[in-house]
Amino acid sequence: MRYPIAVILTGMLLLLPAALYPQARGGSDNSMALIPAGNFLPLYSGNTRADVGAFLIDRLPVTNADFSRFVADNPQWSKKAVKRIFADEAYLRHWNDDGSFPPEIAGSAVVNVSWFAAQKYCECQGKRLPTTAEWERAAGAGKTMEDGSKEPGFYSLILDLISKPTPARLPEAGTTLKNYFGVWDMHGVIWEWTYDFNSALSTGESRGNSSLDNALFCGGGSLQSGDIGNYAAFLRYAMRSSLKASNVTKSLGFRCVKDAPAGKK
Amino acid sequence: MRKHRLPAFFLFLTLIISASFFVSCQRTDSGKDTARIGREYNVTEIKGEERAVLTEPPFVPPPITRDYATKVIVELEILEEEMEIADGVDYVFWTFGGTVPGSFIRIREGDYVEFHLKNHPDNKLPHNIDLHAVTGQGGGAEATYVAPGYEAVFNFTALNPGLFVYHCATAPVGMHIANGMYGLILVEPKEGLPKVDKEYYVMQGDFYTEGGYGESGLQAFDMNKAIREQPDYVVFNGRVGALTGEDALKARAGETVRLFVGNGGPNLVSSFHVIGEVFDNVYMEGGSVKNHDIQTTLIPAGGSAITEFKVEIPGNFILVDHSIFRAFNKGALGILAVDGDENKLIYSGKSEPGIYQPSAEAARTRKKKKTAEASEMSPEQQLALGEKLFQVNCVACHLADGKGVEGVFPPVANSDYIAKNPEKAIDAVVNGLTGELTVNGIKYNSVMPRQALTDAETAAVLNFVYKNLNKSDTQVTTEQVKKIRK
Repeated sequence: MRYPIAVILTGMLLLLPAALYPQARGGSDNSMALIPAGNFLPLYSGNTRADVGAFLIDRLPVTNADFSRFVADNPQWSKKAVKRIFADEAYLRHWNDDGSFPPEIAGSAVVNVSWFAAQKYCECQGKRLPTTAEWERAAGAGKTMEDGSKEPGFYSLILDLISKPTPARLPEAGTTLKNYFGVWDMHGVIWEWTYDFNSALSTGESRGNSSLDNALFCGGGSLQSGDIGNYAAFLRYAMRSSLKASNVTKSLGFRCVKDAPAGKK
Repeated sequence: MRKHRLPAFFLFLTLIISASFFVSCQRTDSGKDTARIGREYNVTEIKGEERAVLTEPPFVPPPITRDYATKVIVELEILEEEMEIADGVDYVFWTFGGTVPGSFIRIREGDYVEFHLKNHPDNKLPHNIDLHAVTGQGGGAEATYVAPGYEAVFNFTALNPGLFVYHCATAPVGMHIANGMYGLILVEPKEGLPKVDKEYYVMQGDFYTEGGYGESGLQAFDMNKAIREQPDYVVFNGRVGALTGEDALKARAGETVRLFVGNGGPNLVSSFHVIGEVFDNVYMEGGSVKNHDIQTTLIPAGGSAITEFKVEIPGNFILVDHSIFRAFNKGALGILAVDGDENKLIYSGKSEPGIYQPSAEAARTRKKKKTAEASEMSPEQQLALGEKLFQVNCVACHLADGKGVEGVFPPVANSDYIAKNPEKAIDAVVNGLTGELTVNGIKYNSVMPRQALTDAETAAVLNFVYKNLNKSDTQVTTEQVKKIRK
């Protein structure tokens, strides 16, 4: 029963001029993009598409400048004061001890932040971290098509981007890849925290497929996945499952989402 | 009483015999030992602690001289880095220890290993390690799954001796291996390996790049080629030319050499061969059984072999994957450079150089009466014959499309050499062609043998070449051919 709605909505989307849609309706500012209700193919679920309700997502990842404002307002999240259980030692390692950082990275995505810090940041903005399903739904869009898997060359493009080492200086947010929904930098610049980052996978052994929860195994994935060609997704799921909530890495940042306002579906 | 004593005595005897058999198994005769299922281990035997010496390929840590098991601490660092896969061609390798293959690890049977896997903070991806020498879940993969900037530790006892592959097993596993995440760990048998003069570490791998072989610049991993198992590169030690020139393996005539050879895959099986040598011993698949007098040994993806031989005479001995197009077109080629004194009895070298050209007469006799005279054929028949002859006589060098191989075999399709001068074309076919010539601006210097074709056949094949491969109306006649034939 849920499919007809999705199909109708998808049909409507296709009819709307790209210039009109999708524009963010997250209050007055244009910093968020509306991802309409729809579905996507999770890596681990065979061929069953998962439904995702409408939501708003930050067009850009949270930048160093953004995060420094948050730290200024919430000094308990400063590099010095943060509790060790909420963030490992390398928290904000690329910043100076006094909380400053090189001005040229102000507009780049903030990295070396833990899940706890990311979640708190979003909460303070009246937002939250995206669920993995929401993130994957937004990131599944190609440059010109809602379903990137149907866009020629899209998988190999994002795999190329992801395979490259993290550059010494991350590019300015909003300068790499803009997708169909008008969301920037979903692939190849940084990994991003999701709210339920560690729920999809429960093991580092990526090839087992004989245990009870094998649908959750990433590389059971090679047998379980509905889309074995989506290597970039394998890499993302593998990355998420290697993390603990206090972990920070040089290539891991985040962005926030919130529920779509009533009437937006 | 007698009735009871005799069985007891035999039982006692049996015990003694079986006990002594057991001891001899452990101590000396590994040949018999291999028949047993299950391996001995003894934690109380473990004495002391040491840090493993790791080496970059093609070097191998020194042989183990201990006659007891110890606790060995291994620290391996994962680095993702851009390096050359061929001259002018860059690739982002994921490595164990900064090299492809990864650092060589050498321990002894029964050792208790504390393994530290460190994922460098600059890396982008999580990784882990599956060591085929480990008995346990995932070969350590589950225990070592680690995000960038973190370290994982696990312990294992090396139960089985042998030469084992290790590799990354993080999803997508194939991609991690395809990017270079493999290496070798040697578990020396308790009795050690026989002493040799030189030991080297060689490991094959196949690589899949978006551009074809040799296409310069930074080349990305091509997932589709990997899935189709069609590599652009098949190389030893991570790079075209890793074992050539300055970097060739070296030995002196009369020395004994042991090669620890692995195959990381991800896809291809290697037909490992050293041109100009016979392996005196091969520990097949890296295990305990030795085979002798072997020319080519098969190394599975994710498997290994130990080869031993004595280099008797000086020369360049070429390591290849004898699936030979990989050697000459994809890079699977290395050199063992041996210097020292010659031994003419074993190998004389070239005694008398020369070019062999069978006489035209003999060639014609063999082919006699096969073809009708050109004059009796319609142009269509002649063209069809020419095409057939081209397939049989020409494509081996000039290739099916006639484009040849640049710098080696000149093109006959759209060729200025042929277009300008039918006489020269005829001359090449009937009399052969040796020495330098320029075709389409590129110099060639090789030998084309005279072709065993009749005058009519020569005319037919050349007319096919002119019409179909050069879009030219030039007509070669039997008479012209006859005139030019020497």
